[in-house]
Amino acid sequence: MPAAGRAPDAPGERVISTVLDPAVLTPLVVHTEAWINFDVGLLIDRFWANTINGLAYGSIYALVALGYTLVYGVLQLINFAHSEIFVIGVFGVYLTFLGLGFEPGALPNLPLAAIILDLLLAGVVAMVVAGLAAVGLERVAYRPLRRRNAPRLAFLITAIGASFAIQQVIRIVRGSNPEGTIRLLPPSPAFTVFGAPVTNLQIVIILASIAMFIVADQFVNRSRLGRGIRAVAQDPATATLMGVNRERVIMITFLVGGVLAGAAALFYLMTIPQGAVYNGGFLLGIKAFTAAVLGGIGNLRGALLGGLILGVAENYGQSLFGGDWRDVVAFVLLVLVLMFRPTGILGESLARSRA
Amino acid sequence: MRTRFATVSHWWNRQSRPVQWAYMVPVVLFLLALPVLNPPIITTEPYTDFPISLFNAAVFALIAIGLNVVIGQAGLLDLGYVGFFAIGAYTAALLSSPDSELGVRYPWLVIVPIAMVVTMISGVILGTPTLRLRGDYLAIVTLGFGEIVRLLADNVDPLRGNRGFQNIARPGGEFADGTPIFSQTDALGFYWLAVIIIVIVLLFMGNLERSRVGRAWIAVREDEDAAELSGVPTYRFKIWAFAIGAAVGGLSGTLFAAQVGYVNNQRFDVTTSILYLAAVVLGGQGNKVGVIVGAFIVSYIPDRFQFEPQYRFLVFGIALIVLMIFRPQGLLGMRQHLLTYGRQAYQKLFGARAAVAPSGLSASSRARGDLPEAVPDDHAGTSPRGGGE
Repeated sequence: MPAAGRAPDAPGERVISTVLDPAVLTPLVVHTEAWINFDVGLLIDRFWANTINGLAYGSIYALVALGYTLVYGVLQLINFAHSEIFVIGVFGVYLTFLGLGFEPGALPNLPLAAIILDLLLAGVVAMVVAGLAAVGLERVAYRPLRRRNAPRLAFLITAIGASFAIQQVIRIVRGSNPEGTIRLLPPSPAFTVFGAPVTNLQIVIILASIAMFIVADQFVNRSRLGRGIRAVAQDPATATLMGVNRERVIMITFLVGGVLAGAAALFYLMTIPQGAVYNGGFLLGIKAFTAAVLGGIGNLRGALLGGLILGVAENYGQSLFGGDWRDVVAFVLLVLVLMFRPTGILGESLARSRA
Repeated sequence: MRTRFATVSHWWNRQSRPVQWAYMVPVVLFLLALPVLNPPIITTEPYTDFPISLFNAAVFALIAIGLNVVIGQAGLLDLGYVGFFAIGAYTAALLSSPDSELGVRYPWLVIVPIAMVVTMISGVILGTPTLRLRGDYLAIVTLGFGEIVRLLADNVDPLRGNRGFQNIARPGGEFADGTPIFSQTDALGFYWLAVIIIVIVLLFMGNLERSRVGRAWIAVREDEDAAELSGVPTYRFKIWAFAIGAAVGGLSGTLFAAQVGYVNNQRFDVTTSILYLAAVVLGGQGNKVGVIVGAFIVSYIPDRFQFEPQYRFLVFGIALIVLMIFRPQGLLGMRQHLLTYGRQAYQKLFGARAAVAPSGLSASSRARGDLPEAVPDDHAGTSPRGGGE
């Protein structure tokens, strides 16, 4: 398990987190007593619980990270708006539940088959909506830039603008308060690992995420379209000369990324039912990107590995430093990875993963 | 529209320095007099106090000038610029507010250089690990940096989170009738101060652009690999761009903190960073006048026309997309391309027309083939696959 190997890094992270902020803190270093913990005991106590929660939440990161990694592999573009595609998926799930007549907070006594069907329906809706949104985004924002052969900075700025605009549209339509939805699958412990409970929800999420990952991985590595994706990632000009339809490959890449984000949206809302909010994608997006970089951006297996590691590391960090520092862990980890191994754990490149 | 701007700036560039000054001084004087004149159509009253609105626009302009060094000159996408603004504001608060645990009450003029040095150092610290990386990683790391600064303000007890710091020092001085020049309620004095600071910073930036540093930035922006091969220490100059941009951000932070007199953790979120980016891109990256116009648009127009804040964000988000597609060089394009004797060099080499041509960073004009050979390709320092074929 990669999780175990991460624990020794924790003191190093702390050093860097203090290095990162000296501008604010140089005059304040004397006050280090209260606002940051260093609770190794809690870390050890909650080690297995943290690991299991981290794996479940990390697989959501991994699914979103796949979208970043695919687009980056093909276009060398950080699709900042991918987090908003994810939020569109979240609202797809939310509105499906609403449409099915589930009131927030209610616990309807449904047969298992009905629950599974409802969840599947919500998941399919989210995947379709998010996939279409991703393709639409590519059409509206990025394709005109490619036509004009725009510089890279223009792509990045467009991505930021698109992310911002989608976020604000959602805010104007749905308001700025988080909206709660039903817990269709209330978590209940199924079994324990080293004393830490594993809930049925976590099992579903981890297994389903891994299944989705395997499908995506096989699609990219085995199918004809996947070969096209890898060819364009490797050398767009030559791929075009060999008869690969580059525009179609790019469209499919965005579609696959969007569909995976839609699936992640379902698992996210199953874990955090009150999580439907217009800016909910920002933090998750930046963490998913961190996960992609951690594993090696452009590398599908790296995205999975990075997502799981990040989910677990974040939980360890929370135990070690206190809940307020949870989000800082991801950013610090991102900086650390970029400093010491910018190609990530498994190395970059979609192109080099061969069938 | 584009040709008209180009004609104006062409005409402007042909004038000698003293003539340019002769035009600039009345413009600055007019800007200084603006809040006193309070002209009927331009004023934002009765919705927003006009001097305060102008002051906010001026602070925005100062931020845009600083961010322009990073984005427009050196071509580095910094999405955490609000972090430097926050560090400047918090430094002012810590060094002068009675709420601060440091227990010192420095005057504002002492705080300004300290805050600029502190933000400069923080810029170097942020830049050192990240500027070796490809540009797109930089974007996301700076985004994270802005967020870390905000989280620190939230979580670190001595920074007081939501409670914030009150009574931050402001510059002294009184009008003849005994009312203070710099006060929270009447932003007139602060607006004047901001305009004067902007003029000074612009002079400094103008000289910097024409210096070795400025040329190095442009070389890095246009093609980092080529610059490195030509012996430009690109890494060092990128850090310089970061540090100088950060220092200006810190300066604007102290100015802002002094006027408002109160700092807490509420206004340093990432969306603000994106608005700064919008100001720079809207006006024209690399063009000092352009980014001031951009900042004015982003700050003043919503005040004047009473936008709902949510529509303001939406409008500027869409503006970023539309601009990148149709006018990537911004409203007042014309990135400064060369060099110590840029204008003269262009005129000598390519005649009058070419002095206009460097504005044509857009692919359309390159495609028409009306650019001189010397204008570099704009696939700035990236892999050959960047942008795509």
